[in-house]
Amino acid sequence: MSVSRRAFLGTAGLSALGLTSKTALDAFALQPPHEPAPAPAGTRWAMVIDSKKCLEAGDCTKCLDACHRTHNVPAIANRAHEVKWIWKEPFEHAFPSLQTDYPPDALRDKPVMVLCNHCDNPPCVRVCPTQATWKRSDGIVMMDWHRCIGCRYCVAGCPYGSRSFNWSDPRPSIAQITPDFPTRSKGVVEKCTFCEERLAKGEPPACVAACQAKALVFGNLNDPESDVRSLLRSHFTIRRKPELGTRPAIYYIV
Amino acid sequence: MRDRHVIIAALVVFVGLLTFPIWYARAAGTTARGPEPKLPATEKTCVMPVEYMRASHMALLLTWRDDVVRRQDRAYVSPDGKAYTKSLTGTCLRCHANKAEFCDRCHTYAGVTPYCWDCHVAPASLKGSGT
Amino acid sequence: MFMFEKAVVGSRRYWAWVLGLLVIMGLAFLAYLRQLSVGLAITGLSRDVTWGLYIAQFTFLVGVAASAVMVVLPYYLHDFKAFGRITILGEFLAISAVTMCMLFIFVDMGQPMRVLNVMLYPTPNSMMFWDMVSLAGYLGLNAVIALVTLGAERKRMAPPTWVKPLIILSIPWAVSIHTVTAFLYNGLPGRSFWLTAILAPRFLASAFAAGPALLILLCLVLRRLTSFDAGREPVRKLAVIVTYAMLLNVFFILLELFTALYSQIPEHVEHFEYLYLGLHGQATLVPWMWTSSVLAVASLVVLLVPALRRRESWLAVTCAMVFASLWIDKGLGLIVGGFVPSPLGAVTSYVPSVPEVLIVLGIWALGFLMVTVFYKIALSVREEVAAS
Repeated sequence: MSVSRRAFLGTAGLSALGLTSKTALDAFALQPPHEPAPAPAGTRWAMVIDSKKCLEAGDCTKCLDACHRTHNVPAIANRAHEVKWIWKEPFEHAFPSLQTDYPPDALRDKPVMVLCNHCDNPPCVRVCPTQATWKRSDGIVMMDWHRCIGCRYCVAGCPYGSRSFNWSDPRPSIAQITPDFPTRSKGVVEKCTFCEERLAKGEPPACVAACQAKALVFGNLNDPESDVRSLLRSHFTIRRKPELGTRPAIYYIV
Repeated sequence: MRDRHVIIAALVVFVGLLTFPIWYARAAGTTARGPEPKLPATEKTCVMPVEYMRASHMALLLTWRDDVVRRQDRAYVSPDGKAYTKSLTGTCLRCHANKAEFCDRCHTYAGVTPYCWDCHVAPASLKGSGT
Repeated sequence: MFMFEKAVVGSRRYWAWVLGLLVIMGLAFLAYLRQLSVGLAITGLSRDVTWGLYIAQFTFLVGVAASAVMVVLPYYLHDFKAFGRITILGEFLAISAVTMCMLFIFVDMGQPMRVLNVMLYPTPNSMMFWDMVSLAGYLGLNAVIALVTLGAERKRMAPPTWVKPLIILSIPWAVSIHTVTAFLYNGLPGRSFWLTAILAPRFLASAFAAGPALLILLCLVLRRLTSFDAGREPVRKLAVIVTYAMLLNVFFILLELFTALYSQIPEHVEHFEYLYLGLHGQATLVPWMWTSSVLAVASLVVLLVPALRRRESWLAVTCAMVFASLWIDKGLGLIVGGFVPSPLGAVTSYVPSVPEVLIVLGIWALGFLMVTVFYKIALSVREEVAAS
């Protein structure tokens, strides 16, 4: 039997359409990108940072040393390519809308700790084209370094500058590799993940554990008796750029 | 035949290229002997049967990867009922501690370079950058 | 393969041009291999300015690709016969431009081998996903349309009727590719320079000025170097389109300036201050932005005088000025301006590195090579048909 080229191409095209339509329809069924995690029901992790206690400790860097050591965050000499998960930022940079010519003495020229805010409504998650970053049911904005294509759209989307890109292989810049946590490769974006691997073992985040001044308080917002909730009840707190609707989970007592 | 020399020269090059696998392998000293990965001294059972691991350890690792990273599902129970934590460095490399004598033997033979080692740390190879 | 035999026959000058482009592409490829090995650290990008020349080229070229609609729409929807001979040129330009866009995105990826993840894990809430879909679709559409219409012309037949709906579809699709590209930027709450509804109209206006300007230049070059003469009327009408589009574009920029400078909200003002005056001692882009503005005004002065616009020597220079002005504005100005100052108030300079510029030139060379080959094929077909 002879088939004309036109007929063959037509049949091939229809077959291809038939074979791929289910996959395409599944993709557009708008299912959630992942199943919810089996964490304790209704946990919503958050952190309260008491800037006063932090500043009393002076030139302390214990939290960021602990974080960067635990997670093999490289110390890159070139500031343009630096990678950081938690660091100090001048108050006016962290809270530009609260900038004033007459700051209180306690805050004048003093830094605050900044890190990923693990927003309730994160723009970075909204823009990621591969779901390499997503919001877990326990509130953590998580990273999958296997899936990240390094497009840096999330970096553009983050209103807080919390994300860092690996411009080159980070390993040469890691002084002491911690074997039980992977390093990252060049070409992916990274940020604080609220120590989810430690939380899975029931341990607090590394920065919280390392802070001697007890300035970093971590806990479950959905538990009315938690430390974070009691601090929020008893103190006035601010968050970074709340007017953008991101609903950050890092609260600051200033 | 004016172009005799060009033709003969081209023929020599052609035969050289054609027989490349033979003389290159000779020169590099490669043999047909298969890989001999060094098995762990103490543990005798792995998280899955040996035949499965030989054929599909990568499938297992990929499942573990997505389970841990994307679904926080870290608990694994092997077919023979033993409990493990899903972790390349923490579980697999706890027994197969020497990557060079185990993993690399077959990978080098098969000519594959899995990029897992770009990030995941093999304890014995902390000095190197992990290939 | 598709009439490619026509592209390998050419004069000495043709081959010199093709070889020159191939050399640039070769050097760029070597630079890219180095980028693959070392990482994006070899570019001038930084933690604060994470997108630069690569993404800027992609943004600019999506506009050029979309501008094919400016010849397709009048001819197919309004029967404007004058554009009949140049629609194929517009479509081939679109194909080349979209290919360049995709290549610029590819070279910007930190993990390019994983780029298919965007298709494997579709994410409808991400504008980058839709950008990939719309660019791929537009490339496919134009490839089919160009193939079929040119093939039909070669056989001295009318194109099959099923291609007409595809051509009509390419019109809103062209608008959509550039709107989606604008959406990449103007939905980000943290980037106040881009967070403006007028970004998509600005993109379209600058696209419809830059694209036809390039098309005019290509028509004039073809008239000089080959036997193909598009005719005076298509070139003149294209020049009118460039005029209106450029007027709109400059007007939109002025609107943006007013909103920022009258409201005096620091978050909005600072980006313009950095671009046009310099901020905190950093003024890398200032000469570029003023050059772009001067070129824009100068080109409008010529374009708005019909007697000057009709003189093709003046028109050629003016089109080059329009193209350059918009390349600077949409390329460097828009992308880098969005990142400076950073969300934490840092002012970081961005200067592209040599390998980065080489890679950019290589992809442009590839685009020019594609246009050259496609136009050679199209013109050879036309010559063949005319000769018989």
